[in-house]
Amino acid sequence: MIPVGFDYARPDSVDGALALLAEHGEDATVMAGGHSLLPVMKLRLAAPELIVDIGRLRELNYIRVDGDEVAIGAGTRHHDVETSELLATEVPLLPAVARTVGDPQVRHRGTLGGSLAHGDPASDLPAAVLALDATIVLRSPRGERSVPATEFWTGVFTTAKEPDELIVEIRVPRTGTAGWAYEKFTRRANDWAIVAVAVVDGRVGLVNMGSTPLRASATEAALAEGKSIADAAALADEGTEPPTDTAGTPDYRRNLARVLTRRALETAAGR
Amino acid sequence: MSIMGTRVVRVEDPVFLTRGATYTDDLTDERLTGALHLTLVRSPIAHATITSIDVEAAREAPGVVAVLTGADIDLEAPLLFAGAPKQMVRPWLATERVRFVGEPVAAVLTEERYQGPDAAELVDVDYEPLPAVVDVREALKDENLLFPDAGTNTCSVYNKEDPDPDFFADCEVVVTREIINQRVAAASLETRAASAAWGDDGRCTLFVSNQNAQGARDEVAGWLGVDASQIHVILPDVGGGFGAKIGADPEFALVAWLARHTGRPVRWSESRSENMTGMVQGRDQRQTITIGGSRDGRVKAYRLDVIADAGAYPRLGVFLPVFTRMMAPGTYDIEKVDSRATVVVTNTTSTAAYRGAGRPEATSAIERAMDLFAAEIGMDPAEIRKINVVAPEKFPFTTKGGVEYDSGEYAKAIDLALEASDYATLREVQKARRERGDAKQIGIGVSSYVEITGGGAFAENASLEVHADGTALVWTGTSPHGQGHATAWAMLASEQLGIPVDKITVRHGDTDHVPRGGGTMGSRSLQTGGVAVHQASLELIDLAKARAAEILEASVEDLEVDTANAAIVVRGAPGSPTVSFAQLAEREELKVQTVFDGKKATFPFGSHVAVVEVDTETGKVTVERIWAVDDAGPVLNPLLCEGQRHGGIAQGIAQALLEEVVFDPDGQPLTATFADYGFPSAAELPSFDLVTMETPTPINPLGFKGIGEAGTIGSAPAVQSAVVDALSHLGIRHIDMPTTPLRVWEAIQDAVKEDG
Repeated sequence: MIPVGFDYARPDSVDGALALLAEHGEDATVMAGGHSLLPVMKLRLAAPELIVDIGRLRELNYIRVDGDEVAIGAGTRHHDVETSELLATEVPLLPAVARTVGDPQVRHRGTLGGSLAHGDPASDLPAAVLALDATIVLRSPRGERSVPATEFWTGVFTTAKEPDELIVEIRVPRTGTAGWAYEKFTRRANDWAIVAVAVVDGRVGLVNMGSTPLRASATEAALAEGKSIADAAALADEGTEPPTDTAGTPDYRRNLARVLTRRALETAAGR
Repeated sequence: MSIMGTRVVRVEDPVFLTRGATYTDDLTDERLTGALHLTLVRSPIAHATITSIDVEAAREAPGVVAVLTGADIDLEAPLLFAGAPKQMVRPWLATERVRFVGEPVAAVLTEERYQGPDAAELVDVDYEPLPAVVDVREALKDENLLFPDAGTNTCSVYNKEDPDPDFFADCEVVVTREIINQRVAAASLETRAASAAWGDDGRCTLFVSNQNAQGARDEVAGWLGVDASQIHVILPDVGGGFGAKIGADPEFALVAWLARHTGRPVRWSESRSENMTGMVQGRDQRQTITIGGSRDGRVKAYRLDVIADAGAYPRLGVFLPVFTRMMAPGTYDIEKVDSRATVVVTNTTSTAAYRGAGRPEATSAIERAMDLFAAEIGMDPAEIRKINVVAPEKFPFTTKGGVEYDSGEYAKAIDLALEASDYATLREVQKARRERGDAKQIGIGVSSYVEITGGGAFAENASLEVHADGTALVWTGTSPHGQGHATAWAMLASEQLGIPVDKITVRHGDTDHVPRGGGTMGSRSLQTGGVAVHQASLELIDLAKARAAEILEASVEDLEVDTANAAIVVRGAPGSPTVSFAQLAEREELKVQTVFDGKKATFPFGSHVAVVEVDTETGKVTVERIWAVDDAGPVLNPLLCEGQRHGGIAQGIAQALLEEVVFDPDGQPLTATFADYGFPSAAELPSFDLVTMETPTPINPLGFKGIGEAGTIGSAPAVQSAVVDALSHLGIRHIDMPTTPLRVWEAIQDAVKEDG
């Protein structure tokens, strides 16, 4: 469990980090909390030549209201999302989802931007951000651009982020009192989800039902047409390609998606 | 006031909770100064021929002192289980063929630890893959042989007689079923580790993480071809064993050999990934159970056929079906019992002991059989058990397994568990949920069990010395790694001598101080090593009295111990001169060395009732409550005893619900990290309801039986049974362990399909 040797840099600003990324390109890997990156490095499944540690950049750690949205710095820790009073009022889904990530140690290290950039389809927060119709703000020496969450994940562990780009902010619509719920199904408390479903304001995000976080579009359309929760939830697995592993077959995951979506929609309707 | 049966807090804990333990890998012992670090190149393929190994590039890597292959090692490859075919030896480092993922192929020695994995990656091994044998039935076919020279994959057969075709002829009802007692991993939080240094005196000091210093010494000495007196084994703190650290690992001897070969101390500590493929695993039996009897619930005949998986190289796992056969009838008085077992090698990690080691496999089998029989005749599972258990007046009871059960009241244990759980009410709740058609159903499982403790070495030694400052030192041949012997053994000496527990030090795990010892395994420690400390205390009192008689000018018969003052006094003569143990020690060494031999094993027993909730839409099982009657005779320290029961119950629930080592058809391990392997956390477990019952054994003066494994043996079948019971209204009679959400959901789908 000793990683391949690597160089390490800890720039003191976002600009400094961007300069390093521009210089080293694909040889550099950004580290924030390190709780996804370091395990794969220790297993020697990843061997970056340079680690750019942005974990201490305070300028990336904020949660504030900005018009109709809440702007969250990419370096905001899961623990800060989980305990944010502002988010509890403005986007209550997000703290509830953050609370289910890993264990307290993980939540004190891991960051929202890190989780989105890692792009693990079994992670909780990407599907929540997707269901929230959030926007991901990327910056590089070339400038800044905003990518809708619906276009951000392109495959397993791959995203629309270019090697010289850094996620700097996540902009989340203020959903306020709209109904929401998160149904996460695991074998054990701290496990990754076998399947999970995030519901907010009639939108449905699916965890671990394909190579990327997904929206249950058929369910959303059915709900918009006024179908019952049961009927809409029965469509939750449409268009998904769930993976196979020791915890579940595709059929099993499809069933979970339908059941959890129904339960999440019922909870959301009751809020 | 007696200290026996009181909740003395663990004297071990302050250090663990503050400074932390010192494991083998933490040692700063000066003998290890300048040590090289060993990194093993391990096979990524389950079954292959090695066509070449190129170590040149690795030898040039920074910090590398040596890279060795099997060709460099001048030791005979060891047979790790004496009864296995002699061709099934395990090479120190594979040279011609690899037989499981994780098998060592080359040894890299570096100045610094971090240099090892980089250099190991440069060792270039060419493998020509062979078909992997993963399934035991496939192994039995002998089409693909792991050891072509042996001519078979079978490494042991117990009971070669053909089954009697008329065995169940007089039974009104016969039920048969194949079930799986799955493979599990001990997953001790401290992985395996060894460090070796040879002194100028030609002796090797070997620090290892193990459950038995003396056993490890003898095995390593044998493999190295040196006298046991040349090896000095020291056990630092051991972070969990669960049976997997019984006996030496070949890596221990390799470390010692490399230290001798290079003339420098060598340290080795494996990674978690290595541990999950390299350390021995447990269970793994495919069982066919057949049970017959009459419709009034009387079981007349029971047959258990086992195919056990030894893994790639036969180890202790080959022996464990002996225990399974021995305990086949469990707590039941069955007229006819028949069993046989075949053990085969496969391209997987070797198997050996794991909490219960052969007995849980027997218990789970007979308990499933009882449930299946009860379901077939429509009888309550608690009732059928009470009808068939051995009656209390029959003890000592010789079973059809050929074992003599020492003492027990099995029906009473069941009654206590039923009473504590308010069984009748639980059935009412279940009925109501079924009538409502709730998505979440509950199931109730009842187990009755008996097991063997102290079934290996019946004798254990202890030495006890009192010092002039009033302190005492105990050396024991047991090998605590979490069990609390430092507390328990001090209590036993304190009870007799009156020396306070905090002035008694208990030490273990150093073969120069304790040359003989059986270690800690098979729940043997209290009934052997603990009783030895009790016996040593009595012998020390005799010695003290003999010496005090002269000083006090009284006859030995008139002397007694004043435990309030840790002194010898004249009986019935208050105010007359006394002499303390400390004063006696000041004059002359006050020390005894003794061996207690119980000559037999004991048979603790009990009964568990588990209630689970099953979410029929997702298959998720939640254990709601578990009531456990675990009778291991008188309890020395309830805190320690409850700790053993809690850990044991948790481990049994884990097997029932979550844990399973899985290999794919190519022999690739799919559960080699803690993210994939399903051991539970506190969040998956309820609080446990422990019910007290104490039936002493006649085989030792304190009546003690073992408690280390009982919880595991009782809880797994109770929980598995509860899961099946929750779904019995769908016609489901059995679900193999672990009853994961996926497996439970699939069973429901199949049942609904059949019904439709």
